[in-house]
Amino acid sequence: MSGWTTHDGQAVALPLGDVDTDQIIPARFMSTPRAAGYGGFLFHDLRDGDADFPLDRHAGCSVLVAGPNFGCGSSREAAVYALVDAGIRVVVAESFADIFAGNAVNNGVLPARVAQTGEILEALRDGPLPALIDLTMARLTIGGTGYSFDLPQTWRDKLINGWDDIDLTRAHTAEIETFRNTRRARAPWAWPSTPEPGPNPAIHPQGERP
Amino acid sequence: MSRTMLDKLWSAHEVRRGADGASLLWVDRHLVHEGSHHAFAALDGRGAEVAEPGLTFGVVDHYAPTRGRDTVADPAIRDMIARLEGNAARHGITLFGLRDPRQGIVHVLGPEQGLTLPGLLVTCGDSHTSTHGALGALAFGIGATQVAHVLATQTIWQAKPRAMRIRIDGRLGPAVTAKDVALHWIAKLGTGGAAGHAVEYAGTAVRALSMEGRMTLCNLSIEGGARFGMVTPDQVTFDYVKGRPFAPGVAAFDAAQADWAALASDAGAVFDRDVQIDAADIAPTVTWGTSPDQAAPITATVPSATDPGVRDALDYMGLQPGVPLDGIPVDQVFLGSCTNARIEDLRAAATLLRGRRAKVPGIVSPGSMPVRAQAEAEGLDRVFTEAGLEWVGSGCSMCVGMNGDIVAPGKRCASSTNRNFRGRQGRGARTHLMSPVMVAAAAVTGTLTDARPLLEGRE
Ligand code: SF4
Repeated sequence: MSGWTTHDGQAVALPLGDVDTDQIIPARFMSTPRAAGYGGFLFHDLRDGDADFPLDRHAGCSVLVAGPNFGCGSSREAAVYALVDAGIRVVVAESFADIFAGNAVNNGVLPARVAQTGEILEALRDGPLPALIDLTMARLTIGGTGYSFDLPQTWRDKLINGWDDIDLTRAHTAEIETFRNTRRARAPWAWPSTPEPGPNPAIHPQGERP
Repeated sequence: MSRTMLDKLWSAHEVRRGADGASLLWVDRHLVHEGSHHAFAALDGRGAEVAEPGLTFGVVDHYAPTRGRDTVADPAIRDMIARLEGNAARHGITLFGLRDPRQGIVHVLGPEQGLTLPGLLVTCGDSHTSTHGALGALAFGIGATQVAHVLATQTIWQAKPRAMRIRIDGRLGPAVTAKDVALHWIAKLGTGGAAGHAVEYAGTAVRALSMEGRMTLCNLSIEGGARFGMVTPDQVTFDYVKGRPFAPGVAAFDAAQADWAALASDAGAVFDRDVQIDAADIAPTVTWGTSPDQAAPITATVPSATDPGVRDALDYMGLQPGVPLDGIPVDQVFLGSCTNARIEDLRAAATLLRGRRAKVPGIVSPGSMPVRAQAEAEGLDRVFTEAGLEWVGSGCSMCVGMNGDIVAPGKRCASSTNRNFRGRQGRGARTHLMSPVMVAAAAVTGTLTDARPLLEGRE
């Protein structure tokens, strides 16, 4: 994945709170291989039959500004794939669900937590406005007004460098190996037992054993 | 210094800490399902191997057909299952496949098979992984990129959440279950109410819950924004774990139990947030909107549409403000999911249904095939079928509709699941979340209704 430092695009408002990942992408599309493209699934059921849906009325926007608790619900990373494939690079909200925010960063999408999102939504009422995002400064400008956003340092580094966690972690392989051996010695119970072979052992939940 | 259970579990798994404070954590159990195909593709894309196939377990659940399992008719579903089977075989991962008698929903199967234990760190590419915390494990849901990371390294980078304690003291009233406790606190604090926190459930009402009830409670933590839910392991936990297929055997059990008993938060441990709930304040609860925090006691009325969010939700749900919740007609019922399809849930529903007929159609999908077998041994299946409900195989089924079990547009379903999001159970579906016994009551009356009168003289 390639990194980025600044982004220049158009911001569009989706003035809804608690947008869950089932709305971002309905479950029925999730068996599609990624190569097929997920962009058409983005907000599929919300958009369908709603000619006024902001993303349809204003095509080509890459910065989505939404209400609080964006991305709650299922951990499906497909929600981020749909955003990426539809050209969204930045989501601005007052707050994000934890798993969604992590997934976004892992796919090069900035989840920008901005306290004054309400103000931005207000400014976007009449339509999209130009947006400028600077990761190094942790600042964004929408329609000429500047805001700072909250972003942990590691996430910023990952977005800027396009880093992949697996490569980063591989640098610690020896340390992981040592940890594993110590844990195995101290907590041998943490490794699964081998169940008795043969037919499925009967399980009687609640300890009711006849 | 006094430490919380979160502190203890965290430090027991911390391989190293990064410059920004995020920890690299060792993963004891990694559970994968059909939805993990993106992660396997990412792994293959870089030519990587699964680091610890012996600690990785696969299960067919999200797309599992609940009927006609011998020949899966839908090619897309057949494909999803075959992809997981292929990935598991290629990487040497134990798979609980569609025709395995141990198959079930990942969060039911893990504890049931003894794969989930106190003191473990459990990850799975599914947000309800918080369920496993009921045993005193550090368990959380992750996204596909992170699943690939765990597969490749058996570790995960994670920032430590803040510690939050929800204490529920007192006795739960009749027909008030763990589900009601969860819906109650989520309604009180909101869907983002516990965001950034790991919730430890404590108090006398929690201690009095069975393992099944604790799992229901921890399962729903994510609906309040918490990725982690946990309960201190105690005798109830140890009794539950003992003798399970993958759990420590007799020789190793005592030493393990001693370690587990030491996980409890120290007496003086300080939590970043403390919430107190009186068990007596909790009634049988149902959701009326499109988010799990839009919930109220069954004795309440549909709220007035003061803000646009509520108005939208009521619009979608086809409900009028001021109407009593008790009496709202439903079209169907669903008893299933990783939240509420364990044996105890089926027993509770059957207690109310025994000898009665359902006025609306419905499906009962046990949380696992062993739960199904146990229920049949107890004759619960006959209670359901004699009531007119359909008794099917185990899987996620109508919780998420991926296997084709869906609620038709505009139809209203009384459901024991965990998400009442728009379209969750099928496009245009209207979902009301509630406990299994409340689902049974809805089946009998064909409306949302208070289970308490229907339970009188039973149990
Ligand atoms: S039953 Fe529902 S919530 Fe549970 S794992 Fe399956 S889809 Fe997710």
